[in-house]
Amino acid sequence: MVTLSINGQPHTIDAANDTPLLWALRDFVGLTGTKFGCGIAQCGACTVHVDGKAVRSCQLTIGNVGNKAITTIEAIGETPIGAKIQKAWAEIDVVQCGYCQSGQVMSAVALLNRTPNPDDSDIDAAMAGNICRCGTYVRIRQAIKNAAKSA
Amino acid sequence: MTIQKKSGNATALSRRNLLKVGAAAGGGLLLSFHTPSALAQAPAATPYVLNPNAFIAIAPDGKVTFQIPQQEMGQGVYTSLSQLLADELDVSFDMVTPLPAPPVDALYGSPRSHRMGTGGSQSIRSFYYPLRQVGASGRAMLVQAAANQWKVNPATLRTEAGQVIDDAHGGRKLSYGELAPRAAKLPAPQNPKIKDDKDLKLIGRSVHRLDAVQKGNGTAQYGIDVRLPGMKFAALSASPVVGGKIGHIDSAKLAANLQLVQLDDIVAVIGPDYWSAQKGLRSLNITWDGGENSKLDSAQIWKELRATSEQKGVEAVSFGDAARGLADGARLDAAYEMPFLSHAPMEPQNFTVHVTARVCEMWGGSQSQTGAVAAAAKALGITPDKITFHNYMMGGGFGRRLDSDMVVKSARIAQKVDGPVQVIWSREEDTTQDMYRPAYRNVMSASLSPKGRINGWSHRIAGGSISVRMSGKPLTGGLDRGNVDGALDNVYGVDNYRVEYIQAEPRALNLGYWRGVAPNNNVFAIESLMDELARKAGQDPVAFRLAHLDKTPRLKAALSQVAQKANWGKKMPPRWGQGVCAQFAFGTYITTIAEVEVGTDGEVRVHKFTSVVDAGRTVNPDTIVAQLQGGLIFGTTAALFGNITVKDGRVQQTNFNNYRIMRINEAPATDITVVKSIEAPGGIGEPGCSAGPPSIVNAIAAATGVRLRSLPIDRQLLAAKRSV
Repeated sequence: MVTLSINGQPHTIDAANDTPLLWALRDFVGLTGTKFGCGIAQCGACTVHVDGKAVRSCQLTIGNVGNKAITTIEAIGETPIGAKIQKAWAEIDVVQCGYCQSGQVMSAVALLNRTPNPDDSDIDAAMAGNICRCGTYVRIRQAIKNAAKSA
Repeated sequence: MTIQKKSGNATALSRRNLLKVGAAAGGGLLLSFHTPSALAQAPAATPYVLNPNAFIAIAPDGKVTFQIPQQEMGQGVYTSLSQLLADELDVSFDMVTPLPAPPVDALYGSPRSHRMGTGGSQSIRSFYYPLRQVGASGRAMLVQAAANQWKVNPATLRTEAGQVIDDAHGGRKLSYGELAPRAAKLPAPQNPKIKDDKDLKLIGRSVHRLDAVQKGNGTAQYGIDVRLPGMKFAALSASPVVGGKIGHIDSAKLAANLQLVQLDDIVAVIGPDYWSAQKGLRSLNITWDGGENSKLDSAQIWKELRATSEQKGVEAVSFGDAARGLADGARLDAAYEMPFLSHAPMEPQNFTVHVTARVCEMWGGSQSQTGAVAAAAKALGITPDKITFHNYMMGGGFGRRLDSDMVVKSARIAQKVDGPVQVIWSREEDTTQDMYRPAYRNVMSASLSPKGRINGWSHRIAGGSISVRMSGKPLTGGLDRGNVDGALDNVYGVDNYRVEYIQAEPRALNLGYWRGVAPNNNVFAIESLMDELARKAGQDPVAFRLAHLDKTPRLKAALSQVAQKANWGKKMPPRWGQGVCAQFAFGTYITTIAEVEVGTDGEVRVHKFTSVVDAGRTVNPDTIVAQLQGGLIFGTTAALFGNITVKDGRVQQTNFNNYRIMRINEAPATDITVVKSIEAPGGIGEPGCSAGPPSIVNAIAAATGVRLRSLPIDRQLLAAKRSV
């Protein structure tokens, strides 16, 4: 039994301490926007924010979260940078199948949080952990730049 | 706008409930008429009937719901098919909600195949005119309803943005929502006039995707997101060897709250959440009895494929006399090889199934809706009408979800479980239990006249048959038409041209359709040989192709244009090269030029693709660009990294750490031009995949002088070679 702060709300989760945050979010809290892709931190589909930093939730057990603040795709739009990124995503129709895009958005928001005007190498470094099988990379790069430029 | 109702509300997805929703909403229009689709290009012997009742519902507030027969898996078909309907119906696009059509072939089957299924880049090609007719019929009925109410001639009325307008009487208006109940009772126009090109408002325009917002904020629902009261989760392990069975299971360490399900070839653990089920599965000690196939490995499979490819095949097409043509001039012989590949969609295979006494309800994403129902019915020993299937958007299809093996396995497991169960493949299970893209060997010969004209061409394609694996029936006359697609068209107009196929089954792997399908192999072989011939003739690869393209003017025009766009022949740094590919596949012409850098360590960096695509009439040009951007990257991933190998009958690749997918830092820039055209619409989901790899190996040859005749690229062959 662990109590976590998720999107500003406390959630008490009746799961073993070794349960990855990904499965706690999906199967206990019912937040299915965070996706399962690989289970070994290779694809980034499960990316969430822990105290504002992008983290692969398939590798973080709920017993190790402590009282850190978890933010998921369901709430990231309530932050100014989250809203900016989501708007930029929609404006140039980044998504295709969309399954990886929760993770892409979370990684992109974390990038802009610490680097407001990223160059191509910043984008490469921050986003290389997020696989998109549909190959939307050209538009992801453009959307991040558009978001950075927007007010 | 919601694209897909949450699972708990999945009732909104079935046809039965669509009708119920319509009635509950106070008599919204549910068009009920049949339209002969004269423009559908359906065979004359089997007149195809589209039933618009199945496609359009208009609520009193004017909101429009479209039941989309084709499945959304990223290719944008919810949006493009909605454009066809909305433009002809004349409603604002922001009033439109697309929903996945329920599995009913009679209502939603393709005008070409009469079956539901999303594959082969067929959606726009099959539905472009039929869905426009459906929309036009609906519009005509709404206009007639207004004319009846006002007692005027319908020809004096016009429509705009969901309203019928009577200009002759001060511009009075009736909304579609108001008219819908009466319109629904009117007879349907049997051959409605569709709009002239000049009147189109949505078709041919790059409108935004209808699913863009939901997919960016986590609210889009995929099969894996289904949540039902009392639902359990299953983790599974199937025999790692095709045809194998469970040998022994030691379940001493299995936690007491978990259920073990043991089938012939599948072990599953059922738990209250997926992590518990996974942990339970890992606590088991399972030994498998692999049988005969466990003796197979990649070396043996390739040895057999190469030997078979040297035998005479079955003729697929022949022009002139290939043997005579080959005897005349300078001959070039080459063999090109393509590896087995996995689909690796980002959403792992999963299905949620609830089996009760004699009925079954299931939730998941399938490219073959009625195929999924039929497969589950067969596995459960019930008739298809006992199955209710709620179809969901897919986190990638790429051909993987044309198969129903995941449905069958999930149904078999669900049969042993009390209540609904969501069966989820681990990434490792998804990768090792795939239906793989076949490996191919192409045995090719061509001859050149002294002036550099191709005199003769022979192409033998050897590989396993997907249709045999799926149907369980042998080939008729030994020819698999699916495997020769992309090789038959003879776009270069060779006078003496012959294509053969010979079946070579790998046995240790199940084969399946993979995005781009046979043209991935055939375009690679043809465009590699064309480049080799150009160099043998001492000609520029673009000029050599152009000289052979008089019979294929659209491809010729696209090639001239791409050469100009990419500044073909420009000076490149050492170990950089340009390479070209020209293809006609899935009804679409694509020409591509790659700019590639080969490191001294043999690493290949694709810097840029320049492409010109002539897909005929377009519905959403930006979707064409997106599909080509994505298709080029999908194909490049395969060309640079893709290779499924087998040891002891087991697939050796398991996850993204050893089955590599291109990442953003490796992705090329793209410059894509869509040709404006009034020709018949071509496909676009598939053909981008085959357009890249030949241009990459041709660019590598230009950069290094090394000709690669197999994929994925062999870095050892490219390392430490001097540039030319």
